[in-house]
Amino acid sequence: MPISSATGQEILETIRMVQMENLDIRTITMGISLRDCGHSDPKISQQRIYDKITKYAEKLVSEGNRLELEYGIPIVNKRISVTPMSMVAESSDIDTYVDFARILDKAAIEVGVNFIGGFSALVQKGYTKGDLALINSIPLALAETERVCSSVNVASTKAGINMEAVYHMGKIIKQTAELTKDRDSLGCAKLVVFCNVPEDNPFMAGAFHGVGEPECVINVGVSGPGVVLNAIRKHPNIDLGELSNVIKKTAFKITRIGELVGKEASKRLNVPFGIMDLSLAPTPAIGDSVSDILEAIGLERTGTHGTTAALAMLNDAVKKGGIMASSHVGGLSGAFIPVSEDAGMIEAVEVGALTIDKLEAMTCVCSVGLDMIAIPGDTSAETIAAIIADESAIGMINRKTTAVRLIPVAGKSVGEVVEFGGLLGRAPIMPVNKFSSDIMVKRGGRIPAPLQAFNN
Amino acid sequence: MKENKIIVTVLGSDKVGIIATITRILADSKANILDISQTILHEYFTMIMVVDISNSTVDFADLRNQLVSVGEKMGVQVNAQKSEVFDYMHRI
Repeated sequence: MPISSATGQEILETIRMVQMENLDIRTITMGISLRDCGHSDPKISQQRIYDKITKYAEKLVSEGNRLELEYGIPIVNKRISVTPMSMVAESSDIDTYVDFARILDKAAIEVGVNFIGGFSALVQKGYTKGDLALINSIPLALAETERVCSSVNVASTKAGINMEAVYHMGKIIKQTAELTKDRDSLGCAKLVVFCNVPEDNPFMAGAFHGVGEPECVINVGVSGPGVVLNAIRKHPNIDLGELSNVIKKTAFKITRIGELVGKEASKRLNVPFGIMDLSLAPTPAIGDSVSDILEAIGLERTGTHGTTAALAMLNDAVKKGGIMASSHVGGLSGAFIPVSEDAGMIEAVEVGALTIDKLEAMTCVCSVGLDMIAIPGDTSAETIAAIIADESAIGMINRKTTAVRLIPVAGKSVGEVVEFGGLLGRAPIMPVNKFSSDIMVKRGGRIPAPLQAFNN
Repeated sequence: MKENKIIVTVLGSDKVGIIATITRILADSKANILDISQTILHEYFTMIMVVDISNSTVDFADLRNQLVSVGEKMGVQVNAQKSEVFDYMHRI
């Protein structure tokens, strides 16, 4: 009987993946329902929120650190997602929710998580009074808190695109940029506008705890662009069908580690395991890049012709390998292409290979969308809204999630670079189309749900 | 008794006493070596041990710290991880 079922070669392969190829668990995210925390007195509601989060997540960070040590796999982030705050704060008779963001921030600091997501609203069909109050509170909330992340869903395949909300979010993004201009408009890096938002996504800034979710849940996001990159580099001469197989096998291994850690975390914290998110999430570290993978497939630079096809194959192969490896897959589960967080993408932009238009095409075949892209500070709210509308249309028609996380960097223009530091990286400011979309955006109303919605 | 296996790997340039030093720490902690394999791969010393720590007198974190720190002194890299990681990654 074998003493350990893995062979020596497999053991060394695992160690190489972790130590040389940046294999890690990107995040363990605890989802916490705050649906029982509403109260007509906002102070009472906020106290309930604080008490509940600090109780449920008390051991999240310490158990995460222990798992990291025992399994020898880095767990980069421990995070929390909560019920969309618009639904919780709505019971309180006030019209600004900045104090609710402050209490989330305080709870996050107390339990030691680096981000807390769920300062969110779902308005694809229209606003409740809580949704309106929440969205109007976003700029100040993000300026005055450190760890709170915000997201707003403005469209879905089932509901169509709420163009009033799209335009509103264009203005909110501008205000957020202005209020955080002393930090290169960093507030916008914590704000995502979605179409078809998933309710169990563990990745920030778009995580929240959906209404169909249980009381408390553990969701896990793995990451391993470096592992996939090295696997591809070992096979310079195989055809794309075979290459897809190599990626699948690699994705399987990465996912298994996430599944193991997620299930163990769930057991130790006595909280059900929700889903594994199979996304390839890059970091600014050298070699931990989705762009490098595309170039290893055979493109001189990411953004050139063929990029969309290569990305489509990569995204599909990652899913096929990952789905086999995990009992429950969910969240976003696809390759991420955040520009500022991926050293290869940044270079591609700087040499002129990668533009916003090409990025938009790439978002048709992967998750998530136009992510972490710095644009000139003088870009109008209408143009930002039009960019959101385009991305939403892609998501709506293709029945997939799309998102926009743009940073109109106050006071900066094309040719300049902003440094956010850490996982958020650095971003060269990219030009947007100079022609106006004002009249279309100002028409307002809703773009009706497409034919794709009528599949009952 | 619940089975509690870890995999200890040692990687680095070959020198006298690596195995002796590592096995001494394991013996002192009453950790039982179930299997050991050692090869020289491209001039690199590579050792893999399967160790049962269910009767160990020190907890996993302490044992791991001891192993890692002697590894640093000898200029080799020592890893100690629960064995499920490897089984889970490569098998369904």
